[in-house]
Amino acid sequence: MESIGLLMLCPMNTYLEDELNKRFNLYKFWNYPDRKQFLSQNSASIRAVVGTATAGTDAELIESLPKLEIVSSFSVGVDNIDLVKCKEKGIRVTNTPDVLTDDVADLAIGLMLATLRRIPACDRFVRSGSWTIGQFKLTTKFSGKRVGIIGLGRIGAAIAKRAEAFGCPISYYSRTKKPDSKYTYYPTVVKLASNCDILVVACALTEETRHIINREVIAALGPKGVLINIGRGPHVDEPELVSALVEGRLGGAGLDVFEDEPRVPEELFKLDNVVLLPHAGSGTVETRTEMADLVLGNLEAHFLGKPLLTPLV
Amino acid sequence: MEVGEVQSPDSRSEDLPRVLMLCPPSVYTIFHAEFSKNFHFIKSYESTLPTDQFLSAYAADITALLLSGSGPPITADGVLCHLPSLKCIVPPPAGLDHVDLTECRRRDIAVANAGDIFSVDVADFAVALLIDVLRKISAGDRYVRSGLWSSNGNYGLGSKLIGRRVGIVGLGNIGSKVAVRLQAFGCRIFYTSRTLKPSALYEYCSDVYELANKVDILMICCALTDQTRHMVNKEVLSKLGKDGVIVNIARGAIIDENELVRCLVDNKIAGAGLDVFEHEPSVPKELFALENVVLSPHRAVFTLDSLRDMYEHVTGNLKAFFSGKPLLSRYVDD
Repeated sequence: MESIGLLMLCPMNTYLEDELNKRFNLYKFWNYPDRKQFLSQNSASIRAVVGTATAGTDAELIESLPKLEIVSSFSVGVDNIDLVKCKEKGIRVTNTPDVLTDDVADLAIGLMLATLRRIPACDRFVRSGSWTIGQFKLTTKFSGKRVGIIGLGRIGAAIAKRAEAFGCPISYYSRTKKPDSKYTYYPTVVKLASNCDILVVACALTEETRHIINREVIAALGPKGVLINIGRGPHVDEPELVSALVEGRLGGAGLDVFEDEPRVPEELFKLDNVVLLPHAGSGTVETRTEMADLVLGNLEAHFLGKPLLTPLV
Repeated sequence: MEVGEVQSPDSRSEDLPRVLMLCPPSVYTIFHAEFSKNFHFIKSYESTLPTDQFLSAYAADITALLLSGSGPPITADGVLCHLPSLKCIVPPPAGLDHVDLTECRRRDIAVANAGDIFSVDVADFAVALLIDVLRKISAGDRYVRSGLWSSNGNYGLGSKLIGRRVGIVGLGNIGSKVAVRLQAFGCRIFYTSRTLKPSALYEYCSDVYELANKVDILMICCALTDQTRHMVNKEVLSKLGKDGVIVNIARGAIIDENELVRCLVDNKIAGAGLDVFEHEPSVPKELFALENVVLSPHRAVFTLDSLRDMYEHVTGNLKAFFSGKPLLSRYVDD
C-alpha cells in the first residue's frame, strides 16, 4: 500500500503518524503553507484522508481530491465531514466509536466534580502560597444532585451509569424517548434544564443540535445550575454562555470544547466556578492508541477490499 | 434569619445550657446565630488568659465541650484535667485523632462521633482528586488559562481509569463509599482494613504492603492512629510503582511526606492527589513545580449541604445530652 497517497490533515498522534508513514505515501497537510498549490500538484494521487474532531473534510476539500475513496476520522464526532457529499461520491467514512466512550464519560464526571467542588481553584490557592488556617470557602456537594443528559447514546449512558453511583437522579432528553430506559425523559431541553442541577451535553452535533444550549436553556438551568459540555463547542451559544457566567445567571460550567478551538473566551479565565479543558475527552495514551488502531484497521480493510470496521458512510 | 447574621445577645442566654469551645469549628462559624438560640458558648479562645488558666478559672462546672478539627489536642493532662465536670464531647469533622479517648473512657465522658455526615462529601472529593490526577483536569485548566493551548497546541495525554486496580486503605464510612463510586467506573477494588469485612465483595489484603503490591492506585481513607502514622512509607511507595497514583483525604501523617515528595520528584510514582499534609497549612514547595500532583487545602469536608447536616447533628447531640438522654451517635472504638 506504500504507493497509495494519504493526506493527514493535522498532527494528531505520533504513533498513528509513524504507522501511516510506514504503510502509505503520507502527505502532512500542515507542512504545506500554500495548500492550493499542494493540492493542484498532488491531488491525483491522494486516495485517503485522515482528519480529527477539529480538522474536517468539507465539500471544497472533497472536490479538490478527485481520487478520494475514504475519509477515516480520528474521532467519534463527524460533524465536520460533509457526509452528504461523501455519500454522493461513494466515498467511505469511518470514525472511532466505543473505544473512547469510557474516557469521555470519566471526564464528564471529572468535570462535574471539579466544577462543583472547585478543585482547580483549590489547587491554584495552594500553589499560590495563600493557604492559612481558618480560611475556607464552601463548595457544592455533588452526590445526589440531579443530572440531566442531552443525548442518551453510548457516552450519555456511560455518564448516567457513573453518576448513579453517586446517588444522582438521572433524566434525559433525546430525539425520541427510549422505551426501555429507567431514566426520566423530558420532551424538550428547556424542560430538562428546569428539572436538573447539572446539565451535560452528550449528543452528536448536527443541524438540529447546533446551539441547543441557548439563552432560554441557560435561564432554565439557572443561577445554581451547572453546564457540562463534552460534545462540541457549537452545541452552545458561546457568547450567551459567557455573559450568563460572568453575570451570575448560571452557577458554573465545565467545558472541554469551544466554538473556535483553541480559542477560549478570556472572560472565563478569572472565574472560579468554571473549569476549562483543551479538548481532552478521549485524551489518554491507551485510548488514543486504540483510536489510531481503528483508523489503521479501517484503512487497511478498505484497501484490501474487506468490510470496514466502523463505517458511517 | 440568614445564615451568618449576628443576633444581639439574648437576655435569656444566661439560662441556656453552657458549652465550652477552645477553638470555633466551621459549623459554629457558619451557624453561630442558630446555635446561640439553644446554647450559651464559653469561648476560651476569646480570652487573653492561657487556656489552662482560663479553664481553671471559668470551666470547672462545664459539662459539654464542642470541638474543632483544628483546635488544640484534647489531652489528659493538658485539657481534660481542668474540666472535672466534663461529661460530653461533640466533635465536628470525622477525625478524633487529637482526643485522648482512653482518658475519656476512664472518666466516662461520652464522645459523639460525626457519623456518616461528611463521608459522602469526602468520598466524592477523593474520587474527584483521582480523576483530576489521571486526566490532568487542574493541569489542563491551568494550561488553558495561561493561553498555552493557542500557542503550544494540545496538552499531554492522561491515563485511563477503567479497568485500573484500586486499593482502598480503610474500608469505613468513607472508604466504602469510594469503593462503590470507583466500581461504577469499572475499577477493580481491593482493600485493607484492621479487620476483614465479610459483607464487602472486594478482595481483602492483610496489610498495606500486600495491597500496594496488587494495585497501582491507593486511596487513603483510614483514621490516623499510632499504627497508621507513616504507614505509607518508602517500601509501600516502591511497591506501588512507577504507574502508581496515591490520593489522601484522611490525615497527612499517614504518609511519610518527605518520602512521598522524593518519589514524586524522582518519578518513582506517577502522581498524587492530596487534600491533607503533615504540617498544614505548610505544603512542601517541591510539589508546586509538579504537573502530576493536585493540591487542595483540606477542603474535602466543606460543602454547605454537609455543614447544615452537621449543624443538625451537633444540636441534636447537645440537646440529647442536656436533657439527660443518650447521645444520638456515640463513638465506639471497634
